[in-house]
Amino acid sequence: MAGIAVLVFREVLEAALVVSVVFAATRGVPGRARWIGAGIAAGVLGSIVLAVSAEAVAEAAAGMGQELFNATVLFAAVAMIAWHAIWMATHGRQMALQMQALGAEVSVGRRPLAALAIVVTLAVLREGSEIVLFLLAQAAGGSGAFDIAGGIALGVGGGAATGLALYLGLLRIPIRHFFTATNWLLLLLAAGMASQGARFLVQADLIPSLGARLWDTSAFLSERSILGQTLHALIGYDARPAGVQIVFYLVTAVSIAIGMKVWGRPRRKITQAA
Amino acid sequence: MRLRSSMGFALAFALALVMTNVRADDAEARLTIRSHRFEPAELTVPADKKVKLTIENEDSTAEEFESYELNREKVVPAKGRVTLYVGPLKPGRYPFFGDFHKDTAQGVLIAQ
Repeated sequence: MAGIAVLVFREVLEAALVVSVVFAATRGVPGRARWIGAGIAAGVLGSIVLAVSAEAVAEAAAGMGQELFNATVLFAAVAMIAWHAIWMATHGRQMALQMQALGAEVSVGRRPLAALAIVVTLAVLREGSEIVLFLLAQAAGGSGAFDIAGGIALGVGGGAATGLALYLGLLRIPIRHFFTATNWLLLLLAAGMASQGARFLVQADLIPSLGARLWDTSAFLSERSILGQTLHALIGYDARPAGVQIVFYLVTAVSIAIGMKVWGRPRRKITQAA
Repeated sequence: MRLRSSMGFALAFALALVMTNVRADDAEARLTIRSHRFEPAELTVPADKKVKLTIENEDSTAEEFESYELNREKVVPAKGRVTLYVGPLKPGRYPFFGDFHKDTAQGVLIAQ
């Protein structure tokens, strides 16, 4: 059971961290729990479908279907986050001021929740399909129903608890800086996803690696460790990145930052109010 | 118009040549998964070359090929075959494992 729990935990952790950042970023938005819940549910359903069709995916695109699929999913999530972050930069400051003025988490207008719900779905989909495949292998390998159910419960519970801890930690950020903080977190999340997407394209030999291993910081912080994996999921930490991953990371981060600056310039009225 | 198309053709030809050249320089290696073990468990590949690694899974359950040292992960479906690229690698040992059967599925890629 312990082995099952550990693998399930590791996969759930990455998705849970994404969910908690998204949940924090949508603070104060009416209906967000429903949207994000639907995003998770769609991700779980998609995981099962994807796991069942793993063979077809693997054989697609001359055996590189998996890399193309993963890269596409990651880049789609990057696009959704970028759009949301830039939207937030234009509206977030105003919202924070309103929330501060009213001293409560009140309805602060409609916001584009669909983009972030899709990000959640894609995150759950990627990690979830691996869990389903693993559990199918375990069941076929003679693991009992009790072991599997217990492993799932422990793994999902542990992953969800870690995500919740991150969320509660984020809530301690003063409301004045809150959306700025979650927006920067989303920016780093997107940059990390772009870097992972690039790694899949290198793995499929579709883009040059620009240095197969630019550096190795695994002795300092291994991705096997919980902290390393957490940073991997949150800000794209990679102990042994290829050069092109750095390019994708920086281009994504800088593009979103520029987008936020260009469209997020405070209007005169808001500056005075602050 | 004709000039442009013939230039385009020449460019495509040159590109194809470059690409086939790159392909010809790649090394190839094969792994088989049998009873949740990698065969061979130690696989030697040339250093400083990109390696096209083919993994065939003879088991009736899926496996995930994973390696922190190679920075790679890929699901190998039951009775399926996948390919992926690694390197160019500096000489050394690069452990890999099957994430779904870690207790038995362990191996190492040796670049030399």
